[in-house]
Amino acid sequence: MTRSSLWKRLLIGLVCLWGVMASLPNAFYGRVESHNDAVAEIEKANGVATPEQELALADWPNWLPSSLMNLGLDLRGGAHLLGRVELADVYKARMDALWPDVRDAMRDLRDQVGAVRRAPAPDGTLRVTLSEPAGMAAAIEAVQKLSQPVITLTGVGQSTLDVVADGADMVITLSEAEQRATDDRTMQQSLEIIRNRVDEAGTREPTIQRQGTDRILIQVPGIGSAAELKGLIGTTAKLTFNPVVRTTTNANESPGARNLLLPSREQKGVFYVIEETPVVSGEELTDAQPSFDQNNRPAVSFRFDGTGARKFGDYTAANIGAPFAIVLDGEVISAPVIQSHIAGGSGIITGSFTVEEATELAVLLRAGALPAKMEFLEERTIGPELGADSIAAGKTAAVIGLVVVAGYMIASYGLFGTFAVLALSVNLFLLVAILSSIGATLTLPGIAGIVLTMGMAVDANVLIFERVREELRAGMAPGRALDAGFERAFSAIMDSNVTGLLVALIMFFIGSGAVRGFAVTTSIGILTSMFTAVYVTRLIIELYMGWRRPKAIVV
Amino acid sequence: MAWRLKLVPTYTKIDFFRWQFLTFGLSALASVVSIILVLTVGLNLGIDFKGGTTIRTESTTPVDVGAYREALAKLDLSDVTITEVNDPSFRADQHVAQIRIGPKEGEEAVTPESIAALEGALTQIDPAITFPAVESVGPKVSGELIFKALLSVAAASAGILIYVWMRFEWQFAVGCVAALVHDVIVTVGVFALFQLKFDLSIVAALLTILGYSVNDTVVIFDRLRENLAKYKTMPLREMMNLTANETLSRTIMTATTTFLSLLVLFIFGGDVIRGFVFAMLFGVVIGTYSTLYVAKNIVLFLGVDRGDKPKKSVTPDEFAKVDA
Repeated sequence: MTRSSLWKRLLIGLVCLWGVMASLPNAFYGRVESHNDAVAEIEKANGVATPEQELALADWPNWLPSSLMNLGLDLRGGAHLLGRVELADVYKARMDALWPDVRDAMRDLRDQVGAVRRAPAPDGTLRVTLSEPAGMAAAIEAVQKLSQPVITLTGVGQSTLDVVADGADMVITLSEAEQRATDDRTMQQSLEIIRNRVDEAGTREPTIQRQGTDRILIQVPGIGSAAELKGLIGTTAKLTFNPVVRTTTNANESPGARNLLLPSREQKGVFYVIEETPVVSGEELTDAQPSFDQNNRPAVSFRFDGTGARKFGDYTAANIGAPFAIVLDGEVISAPVIQSHIAGGSGIITGSFTVEEATELAVLLRAGALPAKMEFLEERTIGPELGADSIAAGKTAAVIGLVVVAGYMIASYGLFGTFAVLALSVNLFLLVAILSSIGATLTLPGIAGIVLTMGMAVDANVLIFERVREELRAGMAPGRALDAGFERAFSAIMDSNVTGLLVALIMFFIGSGAVRGFAVTTSIGILTSMFTAVYVTRLIIELYMGWRRPKAIVV
Repeated sequence: MAWRLKLVPTYTKIDFFRWQFLTFGLSALASVVSIILVLTVGLNLGIDFKGGTTIRTESTTPVDVGAYREALAKLDLSDVTITEVNDPSFRADQHVAQIRIGPKEGEEAVTPESIAALEGALTQIDPAITFPAVESVGPKVSGELIFKALLSVAAASAGILIYVWMRFEWQFAVGCVAALVHDVIVTVGVFALFQLKFDLSIVAALLTILGYSVNDTVVIFDRLRENLAKYKTMPLREMMNLTANETLSRTIMTATTTFLSLLVLFIFGGDVIRGFVFAMLFGVVIGTYSTLYVAKNIVLFLGVDRGDKPKKSVTPDEFAKVDA
């Protein structure tokens, strides 16, 4: 049998050794994980370690590889949420915020445009009726002055607002380019805020990704309570302080133009009519902390930033004796009466919270409000116990599968079958090693992919051995027959594996979640099995042939 | 001669075309019946494709499907199905049920409220109950997932068609893809026949079946190409039989190792992926069958261009350094 060159043998040996070393941490998953966590925490604390961290650090030697396969949600347990951001919400908010500016601009042009009022229009559109349509041109020009150039790569030369005349009405919308730019900003903000909120909750390695134009994928492994996460992400946490017009018990009462009818959070059947335009909003908060009010009930204390504090101070000074509403996500939390001018810009929100609710609200207020509502399109929650059961089942199946395949290969090909099984074991080590070092995520279908790889990986060896048998039957000498077997089987091995890889890659790019996990393990399995079945088996057989120099071989 | 386990004798002379009208006819019939089944009876689509919610419950007390149903009847839920799950790997006091709720009319998204209400109602009749898995998919996403699934199967087939065409001849590519499509259709047909749950993971299984079947077929084609260069005058039908017999031992061997490892997974892998593994188990069987009885028949029917010029893909001196 022709011998491979020394450097090739060394290289193959080194790859195998690396495979064993790099897959080793996964056998001690818990210890390595706590070690890695400790390393990360100490780094965060600039090298200062607590005694517990030192202890965790000592669990796993630093000089050994410490990369682990990530366990997917179906194995570790956790929550997977796919949310859609209501981008159009922001258009509405923008138009509502624009209205006072437009009104002021029209006031300056009163002699040309006459009186103006806001006409009903779909969300995201501002329709302004002029009493003197003759002044339309001047009005449009004035509104266009409020518009700014859009700063995007594609929207060069476009301005933020589209203003057109429709009879006596002026119709203002965000321009196409500005809508795209706004969408991008909204998504960025949403991602940022969700990340803040999830981080505040202190879970490990969350995945927060934008998908497509308006979707966000959130995966948080190992979270104790999925409902809590959903509450954290699903709440807009839009806090506003609005003037109260009146209170009522009629849920169907018409609030009147520019007013809103909102329910009270505390008292069922009580409704508040409030002005739609808030005095101050949650964006102007700098801090929020859970605390207690003077009656020792849980509450949330907050502090406004400079502009917020000024606005709040001015408003309270001008409206002593009038009630104002603290509104959170469309509910009036409380509506205290202004006792005095509140300067300094800090305050407290009370409203029969539990301690948990107060803490959660403080977290939400600190992280900021989502710029738009989120709607959940897909939601998967797996309990950690089910994940543990799945890991146990996967382990059992993998071990038994290996034993069965090994037994069958040895029964069919004797000593050479043993060589193939050795190569198969190396294959498994390499597969796990690669999955760990690229930080791939192992899912339950991924484990199925590994078990399936075991069954299919021996195919290359089967092809080679069958070919060797044929050549031996044709009367070839053992060494020659082995060479011929490896050489002639190679084209079939190549073709069959390339097509398999092709399918796995398509699965990876089109599939999602668990399907992806399966695609990753099978495609890496195909690559490693080609390596081990062809090169490792060959090396083992070469070593055997060189050592025993048999006159005849039986495959 | 040492003893070897051999499922296939060393020398076989099976005429794979002897019953070709029967075998090919059966395949055609099975495909047609599968398509009719899918169109009339329909697939038992999982929430990935239909939208809705599945909830896995676990308790130490036995599952009482009747009581569950009664508790849920009070809630405003559509299309509730409750099935008890049994698995040999469960502990003695581990009682699992799967509850599926259809999507609500006219609702685009998942409603956390109805899930909370359901969990509350079940906790009332069985305080020990837990909910290890809750999955909800809105109808909007499920529509996209169906499209993605179809796209992935189509893209995989097209990719294989092109690859086999480049490496072999177009007749081989057509034969190969016909065999693949047959495998996928019949597998889907079996899912329709037994009303097994068809979800996203089954699509992954179908793709794996594609990969396995093409692997099997390509190995025979590879040998056929070699024989085409070796025996210039042998009739195509005879040569195909020769090729299939030469590779039969390998075909059965690989099918067996794959089948065994999947069988182990089927038995010990837990109930969560049992459907997925079942699809692949069935796929290995049908993939092996189609390699032997479908792909070759189509190539034989289409004929192979055996001009005197060597084929672009066959390099006559490819193995010249190995003297036979």
